[in-house]
Amino acid sequence: MSGITHHIPDELLIAYASGSLDQAYSLVLAAHISMCDECRARLGAHEAVGGAMLEEFAASDQSISVSSGMKARLMDALDEPYEAPPVYERSGVFPAPVMEALGGLPPKWKPLGMGVRQSILSHGKTGSVRLLYIPGGQAVPDHGHNGLELTLVLQGAFSDETGRFGVGDMEVANSDLEHTPIADEGPACICLAATDAALRFRSFIPRLLQPVFRI
Amino acid sequence: MLELDVDPALEVPAPPVTVEMHSATPRERKDVEKTTPSEQTLWMLAVRDKRDRVAFGQLFDHFAPRLKGVICRSGISQGQAEDIVQDVMLTVWRKAHLFDPQRAQVSSWIYQIARNRQIDVIRKERRPVPEELKQPEEVQEDASQIVALEQETTRLREALQRLKPAQREMVEKAYLGELSHSDIRAETGLPLGTIKSRIRLGLERLRHELKGTETT
Ligand SMILES: [Zn+2]
Repeated sequence: MSGITHHIPDELLIAYASGSLDQAYSLVLAAHISMCDECRARLGAHEAVGGAMLEEFAASDQSISVSSGMKARLMDALDEPYEAPPVYERSGVFPAPVMEALGGLPPKWKPLGMGVRQSILSHGKTGSVRLLYIPGGQAVPDHGHNGLELTLVLQGAFSDETGRFGVGDMEVANSDLEHTPIADEGPACICLAATDAALRFRSFIPRLLQPVFRI
Repeated sequence: MLELDVDPALEVPAPPVTVEMHSATPRERKDVEKTTPSEQTLWMLAVRDKRDRVAFGQLFDHFAPRLKGVICRSGISQGQAEDIVQDVMLTVWRKAHLFDPQRAQVSSWIYQIARNRQIDVIRKERRPVPEELKQPEEVQEDASQIVALEQETTRLREALQRLKPAQREMVEKAYLGELSHSDIRAETGLPLGTIKSRIRLGLERLRHELKGTETT
């Protein structure tokens, strides 16, 4: 998709390629890559380095060998019937990995007040990821995050102190960033947002009950 | 369509396959290089297009010890590492139709499968993966694209081999999943310039492929 100006930083892309990135962030990256040819090509370049590691560095250790009989067992397994995992497809503004996280169903939106809605895709010890629906012109509710927060725009746009984010743009907010994103006027802004800690509902909801005025 | 009628069972090196530029104009002709895709690519294409078990066996012989080597680095038992290797190789067989030699070399493609399977098995969760690009109905494989990618990858490998040992160690750790994103961010010694030189070509290749999709 053209017009994307906020891409995935290298450190996150390498962590994703190498499998060390937590699940919640990985979903946001997979969704961005689904929408962004540039980051798809960049991921390809990092995977080529990974492939080189597999070829070169592992081959330098001659002591590694696999058990005898392993190959024969594998060859026998080739004909075993197996059930291919379901393949999800993009639906509306939701790229395939988001549809997979939704189990193929439309998001179950829960109102948060002021027209803002959310749909939690997963939350656990290593992070949480959710969809946010913010009506045009509305501020994104204050939602404390202790560490890194990644926000990908799927529809509409928002702006904050650091810039404007349109469809496909991914904002990287570290814990030191105090930001107040506000959805652009017009159609609602739908975002996919991941944080490293479980959602902090207690501080989240009371603040939401206070009206958010824009001047 | 790239016709690779090579019997992978041959003990001799793969016979040269003449690679013709796709609809090359006389001006482009000067870039024509005759060369062969690597053995691994030929094996993988034989598996993909002909479900060739001998070629698959050759892929196993080449990649299984390497996969075991990198998987063992994460500190898991030999037995569990071998289970993951089996799982990865079975996925290679089952997902062979998704292998696109214009976009990824066999080693990069298997690396990516191995990272996914390792996470799936160890964390018991499916790693989110990007949407597959829509494949054009009839795949028009451009041999020059395959060879260009291989040459670029060879240059990348050579650049990685020239790294100082400490830097090389860091690359290994980063790409074998032993560093967090903040560790990688703090590590200024990663040869990102070298890696970035590939991205432009990757984009060209992607656009080439997407163009093929649109016209189908
Ligand atoms: Zn991008």
